[in-house]
Amino acid sequence: MNPNHVGANSFARLANRVRMNSHLRGVHPESHKALSAEPPIRVLPLPERLFVPLQQHIGAPARHLVSVGEKVKKGQLLAASVGLVSAPVHAPTSGRIIAIGDFPGSHPSGLEMPTLTIEPDGDERWIESEPPSNPFALSPEEVALRVGAAGIVGLGGAAFPAAVKLNLSRRSEVHTLIMNGGECEPYLTCDDRLMRERASQIVEGIRLIAHATGASEILVGIEDNKPEAIAAMRTASFASPVRVVQVPAMYPMGSEKQMIQVLTGQEVPAGGRAADIGVLVHNVGTAFAVQQALRLGRPLVSRIVTVSGGAIMAPCNLEAPIGALAADLVRACGGLRSDAARLVLGGPMMGTQLSSLDVPLVKGSSGVLALTSAEVEQTRPGPCIRCSSCVSACPMGLLPLEMAARIRAGDPASAVDWGLKDCIACGSCSWVCPSHIPLVHWFNHAKGDLAARERLKMKNEATKKLADERSERMARIVREREEAARLRAAKKAAADAAKKAAAEAAAAAKAVEKAAEKAKEEVAP
Amino acid sequence: MTTLTHSPHAHAQTSVSQVMVTVMLALTPATLFGFWLYGWPAINLWVVALSVALASEAVTLKIMGRPVRGALLDGSGLLTAWLLALSLPPWAPWWLAAVGSLFAVVIGKQIFGGLGQNLFNPAMAARVMLLISFPLEMTSWIAPLPITSAAAPGFLEGLAITFAGMPPADGVSSATLLGHVKTELGREISWVQALSGFFDPAGFALGQRAGSLGETSAVLLLIGGLALIARRIITWHIPVAMLAGVAIPALLFNLIAPERYPGLDYHLLSGALILGAFFIATDPVSSPNSASGQLVFGLGCGLLTWIIRTWGGYPEGVAFAVMLMNAGTPVIDRYFKPRIYGRDRKGVALNPGVGANLFARVAVRISSRLPGGKEK
Repeated sequence: MNPNHVGANSFARLANRVRMNSHLRGVHPESHKALSAEPPIRVLPLPERLFVPLQQHIGAPARHLVSVGEKVKKGQLLAASVGLVSAPVHAPTSGRIIAIGDFPGSHPSGLEMPTLTIEPDGDERWIESEPPSNPFALSPEEVALRVGAAGIVGLGGAAFPAAVKLNLSRRSEVHTLIMNGGECEPYLTCDDRLMRERASQIVEGIRLIAHATGASEILVGIEDNKPEAIAAMRTASFASPVRVVQVPAMYPMGSEKQMIQVLTGQEVPAGGRAADIGVLVHNVGTAFAVQQALRLGRPLVSRIVTVSGGAIMAPCNLEAPIGALAADLVRACGGLRSDAARLVLGGPMMGTQLSSLDVPLVKGSSGVLALTSAEVEQTRPGPCIRCSSCVSACPMGLLPLEMAARIRAGDPASAVDWGLKDCIACGSCSWVCPSHIPLVHWFNHAKGDLAARERLKMKNEATKKLADERSERMARIVREREEAARLRAAKKAAADAAKKAAAEAAAAAKAVEKAAEKAKEEVAP
Repeated sequence: MTTLTHSPHAHAQTSVSQVMVTVMLALTPATLFGFWLYGWPAINLWVVALSVALASEAVTLKIMGRPVRGALLDGSGLLTAWLLALSLPPWAPWWLAAVGSLFAVVIGKQIFGGLGQNLFNPAMAARVMLLISFPLEMTSWIAPLPITSAAAPGFLEGLAITFAGMPPADGVSSATLLGHVKTELGREISWVQALSGFFDPAGFALGQRAGSLGETSAVLLLIGGLALIARRIITWHIPVAMLAGVAIPALLFNLIAPERYPGLDYHLLSGALILGAFFIATDPVSSPNSASGQLVFGLGCGLLTWIIRTWGGYPEGVAFAVMLMNAGTPVIDRYFKPRIYGRDRKGVALNPGVGANLFARVAVRISSRLPGGKEK
């Protein structure tokens, strides 16, 4: 790498960072990370049943390839990806498929989704695989292909298929790879533990991702409340192009846009993607999964999950197979205390509430929390006093109180003028509101409402277009018929005219003939 | 069956009543000083203002069929009455405080729709109403007569002053500095002469002057205001801008025509400026919500205060200035919004090739052309 290049670039970045840090906004919720940060990662004892949903990612659900009664090995492909944005699903353990059908998923309502049920045989037999001897010798396309085949999705929570992102980034010629080790959600420590315990694998995974995209700058952003993880990652990345950067602990630092802003000083243009400014962001857990797939040939079949909260007996991090029930995880952590008031999948700021612990863990699940009512701090909402706490908290620079006022007035469309579509739903506004107004709830509702309206509008437009086309088609047919009839009439008229003319001509000729004959006769005598 | 709730599943330890109580605590030192300085009649006035506010709010809510308890306990009505009491002449008759409180709570707040809905600061609306309707009572000032001094009225005498309209003894009544200077300037006497023997900056800063119940001690109000900033109840924008709005023209005009225009210390230490800058103009409901908007709002409050004090018919202008700027808040909110991430000031999506991004790209491009640079 050219030193001049680095110098100019880092100078620009420094100047930008000074400018942009003044814009950094967010909140400082109590972290509660000490609950689960210290005990090492434990492997969850194999549950009696595993429930593997076919859709664990953003995009189309995978199509299952196995049938009931079939024996599978650990890592065997169970369901293939469908379409451009999708991810395959693999067997999290060896055993037998005992059911294929609907099972409650990680939706607050307990919505059922297509799920494969596996009865483990306890042998944990892996499929035979032939990992490449040197994954760095593979072409970038080949790396992306293997990442896709291993069913890897973003493990930070969004669960976007990783290979799709790699290919998009390569095509957009990204120059900077940012690895997100922010983990700004309170309670969650799964990335922290992973970085402390498996830093060298993560760094190798990071370099593989960089290899697959051609990024030359590699930054790992870790919040300053994880000094052990920072030290471990610095040691592991020593003398490599991977640079570990300590970022201030603030929610939502781990959001892609905010991490890019603090590390590069650049902003993702509204409505655009990180790739538009030459940046690719991946979670550190994803890097670990990539390393496992390319070094060991193992698809993504397990993940680290934080089980924590004031109502969990012994909070800790578990390495659990995909498809284990939240109840299995909680049981492995000593069970629930009696004062559990709320169950949450994910972090407390953006996670979804669970109505029951009998839902399976999916690739994007970072935590299972059981919170007491004191931790939840729920109060009836009061009137907005326009204190603007939400304005200073919003990391996107929006005016949540103005948006909420418009949504309340039943006009979500005008909330868009105040930034509704730029809202990242981080919940900072709701967290800070002294009147306990569920602002982000309203915003998500309004976004859904607007999306529905837009769909309806598109549908109406499509219907209208079809109707217009039909009437045009009908008019054309009528027009063509008339035209044909007119042509036919004209032809007939022409033919008639010709006939008439011919008859006249014939008559005239006859007359001429007659006259000639007459003349002859007259002449003859 | 569990009740399902939306994220976040955590919340900051804060509530509206906590905000109100913090503001009241910040007002306490200046209020206690006012009680000490003006004795029992001031205490009576404060009690009347707060009780009438609570009672009228309860009755109004009941009539409108709204839940009484929650709205009453949020503390907003008490705070409004507290601020109003601090802005009244300390020995004013009880009905002045009662009418003011009633107006502030019912007309100033509840008629607009209750907490958070009012366009104008209720306390200032009430004060302006009183000033226009009862100019005599609203400008009958008394000289400081500390409660511990021998001449100060006792408890019973205090009740008589507040509730029976007993006229204050001769020599007690006084004029405020602003009023005094206004009168003297009107008589073609320069403010320097007018001030001699009347204005002592150090004593004024501590609060040793005639004035409203709680506006006199600039130091104690400043301590309370800074505590509010430290507790993040308010931000620095409005107070600093409002003080600057008074200070800049005061300095400028004093420099040009020192004999006609009083200087900085006179303006900062007299009247309700400190109370207004930290506690009145910062009322969240009636002030703009973005930092830039708050700067404009504060500057406007300060400028108008100075203009009214200098050229207006009234000696003091804080209440008018704040109300005028309150009326401008919706307009300010429309034009002064924070910049949205990924968009420019006008709200247009950032172009990936412009600004900061362009700078980085140019740097990369130049360096790649240097000897040994990366060739594309």
